[in-house]
Amino acid sequence: MAKYIGKRLIYMVITLALIATFTFFLIKVLPGSPVASADKLSPEQRAVVEARYGLDKPLPVQYFDYMFGLLQGDLGISINQFKGAEVTDVILSRMGPSAQIGFQGMVLGTVLGILLGMIAALRQNTWIDYTSTFVAIVGISIPSFVFASLLQYWFGLKWDLFPVALWKDGFMSSVLPSVALAMFPLATAARFIRTEMIEVLGSDYITLAKAKGASGSEIAFKHAFRNALIPLITVLGPMAVAILTGSLVVEQIFAIPGIGEQFVKSIIVSDFSIIMGTTIFFSVFLIVIILLVDILYGVIDPRIRLSGGKS
Amino acid sequence: MKNSKIFWLLSLVLVLSAFLAACGGGDTDTGTDTTDDAEGTETAGDLDSEQVLNLMETAEIPTMDISLAEDAVAFNIFNNVNEGLFRLDQENIAKPALADGEPEVSEDGLTYTFKLRDSNWSDGTPVTANDFVYSWQRSIDPDTGSPYGAYMMAGSIVNATEIAAGEMEVSELGVTAVDDNTLEVKLERPVPYFMSLMSFPTFYPQNEAFVTEKGDAYASNSENLIFNGPFTLTDWDGTGLTWKMQKNPEYWDAETVKLETINVDVVKEPATAVNLYNSGEKDRAGLSGEFARQYANDENLITDLEPTVFYFKLNQERNGEENALSNVNIRKAIAKGFNKQDLVDVVLANGSLPANYLVPTEFTIDESNADFREVNGDLIEFDAEEAAELFATGLEELGVEEVTLEILGGDTETAKNMDAYLKEQLETNLEGLTINLKAVPFGVRLELDESQDYDIQTAGWGPDYQDPMTFIDLFVTGSAQNKMSYSNPEYDALVESAKGELATDPAARWEAMAQAEKILLEDDAAIAPIYQRGAMALQQPYVNDIIKHTFGGDFSYKWAYISGK
Repeated sequence: MAKYIGKRLIYMVITLALIATFTFFLIKVLPGSPVASADKLSPEQRAVVEARYGLDKPLPVQYFDYMFGLLQGDLGISINQFKGAEVTDVILSRMGPSAQIGFQGMVLGTVLGILLGMIAALRQNTWIDYTSTFVAIVGISIPSFVFASLLQYWFGLKWDLFPVALWKDGFMSSVLPSVALAMFPLATAARFIRTEMIEVLGSDYITLAKAKGASGSEIAFKHAFRNALIPLITVLGPMAVAILTGSLVVEQIFAIPGIGEQFVKSIIVSDFSIIMGTTIFFSVFLIVIILLVDILYGVIDPRIRLSGGKS
Repeated sequence: MKNSKIFWLLSLVLVLSAFLAACGGGDTDTGTDTTDDAEGTETAGDLDSEQVLNLMETAEIPTMDISLAEDAVAFNIFNNVNEGLFRLDQENIAKPALADGEPEVSEDGLTYTFKLRDSNWSDGTPVTANDFVYSWQRSIDPDTGSPYGAYMMAGSIVNATEIAAGEMEVSELGVTAVDDNTLEVKLERPVPYFMSLMSFPTFYPQNEAFVTEKGDAYASNSENLIFNGPFTLTDWDGTGLTWKMQKNPEYWDAETVKLETINVDVVKEPATAVNLYNSGEKDRAGLSGEFARQYANDENLITDLEPTVFYFKLNQERNGEENALSNVNIRKAIAKGFNKQDLVDVVLANGSLPANYLVPTEFTIDESNADFREVNGDLIEFDAEEAAELFATGLEELGVEEVTLEILGGDTETAKNMDAYLKEQLETNLEGLTINLKAVPFGVRLELDESQDYDIQTAGWGPDYQDPMTFIDLFVTGSAQNKMSYSNPEYDALVESAKGELATDPAARWEAMAQAEKILLEDDAAIAPIYQRGAMALQQPYVNDIIKHTFGGDFSYKWAYISGK
């Protein structure tokens, strides 16, 4: 296990380096310059500004400077969004709200989705099943920003149950955005669990267990549910990505000082260092999630070996 | 055994989520309670005991360093937390602020001597003439990289151009502190609008001792700022979406200031802004696009005409090669070939006006209080028939039967709708014309403009000072905004004379600028004006006297108050 994780960590570093490199050069070939908006600068002043951010150096030098800084944990300073602010500070100050609504959304969605899927599978072809399928379809097909707008209008403005927007009332402020984000994982989890459980419930060993006199709940939880969890774990990674991309819009709708919304803005105004910083941050997040998912496989199903040979 | 692992995992997840929920969230808003259906009572002077204004901005503050600021959000805050020699009043006229009365001006109009009134920084130290000298020198220093320093000073203040180019020391800038209360400014040429410039944030003072002491931390958050205006900025962490302004007891005219606190939150989504306004949490919400239409008949709707004009830049040489727009008849056809009234009524629907001019209406007045627009009136109006004829002539002169051009525009919803409408209009009215649309973000558009890689560009301009010259000057040969190969010696000469020998003869100067505008639009059709922007907002009826300005910071809250909430 330790060997496996060690190997994976090395891969992670390589992956990150590749992502950083690719993004760096991709940004550089994109049209738009961070100082282009300063069209009022004289050539001399422009040179000073470019020198301040190292934009006057040849591209390979800029690249190695950046990577060297990165190795030391230095993500550079924001060029035009927050003149002179450390990118690390920007990310750290905005990470909290994003992490909170993302995590709450994911947990809420997955837990409810699992319950919904289980009930649907156990009550196959009844109205409960049809209702749960309907909810799943709605959750998959309607984007999170539509839910966000509806929740804001009804639960915030009309019924006054939660804050309309802004990040000021502690946990209460996080409820509506988390619920909006939860819809996608909820629908995904419900669909997976239902399909898998139905399949497992029809398999031979369940028939055997029944013949041996196992109770209904024992069969549902001990056998069917555990086997159904494996494919769900497979989609946890992509689900985290969906939450991440969904949060860009949800953060904007609820005026939450999150990192997703910041990322979009930095691309529009060509703030190199913020684009790089947030990309790297998102990548680390995803890579770690993928690793955790792989480790979870082994925990849930010992048949899946993390490393060849000995377990 | 295996089951327990799963449940252990699930419970861990739940506990973690509860933990995160408990520690997240941050501080609770101590803002005021608001009632949903406050009745507006027009009782000016009858102040509520609680003077709190709740506002929204559409973007974060990129910087609060006076020398580095270049955006609307920062300028708006500066206008309320700091002050210069002059300030725009309720009628948008520059009036003495830190200056103790009008300055003494030498006969040649080149030397201004300002006496300063007694006033303090928010830490209680006095504002001195040296604070102005230091601030201006800091902004013109090329090492500072100030976007507005050289832009506002070069060509006006003695030696500014040379210092910005790194050819002279900053100490040689034409501004000196004669004593603590006397500031002397030397100009290179008479500047008829100099007083209005003095109300622009770039010309505000900066406290040398404070800036030096803070070093790199200066202006990085509200703790590292110092103020001399009606309010102080508080609770701003440098990158956040929220801040406050509190009444500044050290302000020399604190008596006039009635508001105690202004709470500002950044809300980027227009629908959210309207919801916050409707919930009573916010006192004013800007309306755009569909919301402007939806609230068109709301009793709390406010419409402001802004001095910002949008126009087509008609590029005559794309990437160094002449295109169809080098033909004057083609340009005139395009300028006359679209219905502006329908555009503002149906597509924009936000109080904008059709523009048949470059210098906006309700922006500048001459000595007899006449709007500059009264001199020239409408210059280039929509006329489909004439446009079609001009276009046919143009095609004949070029020896072609059809022309394909590209409109380079913004990527906002409004910009896209407008460009789609203009494409449809031009293609319908001008036979043989095909228009391709290209929508890009602002930064990209500036770069394509810089390299002249476009045919037609929808561009806009808001004033930097209160004079028609801020618009007229844009299209002289070689100007940074004239990246479209337009050049007319007659136009250049008129602009030059208005800046030079006519500077002390207001009537002749206005006439010269009017003449130049006529050449630009009627003779040359170098650009095709589209519309003058209007802005709509919902404002709670208990909010009074927020003053909207025509240039510099957008709003003054100095006179605002809450009554009847």
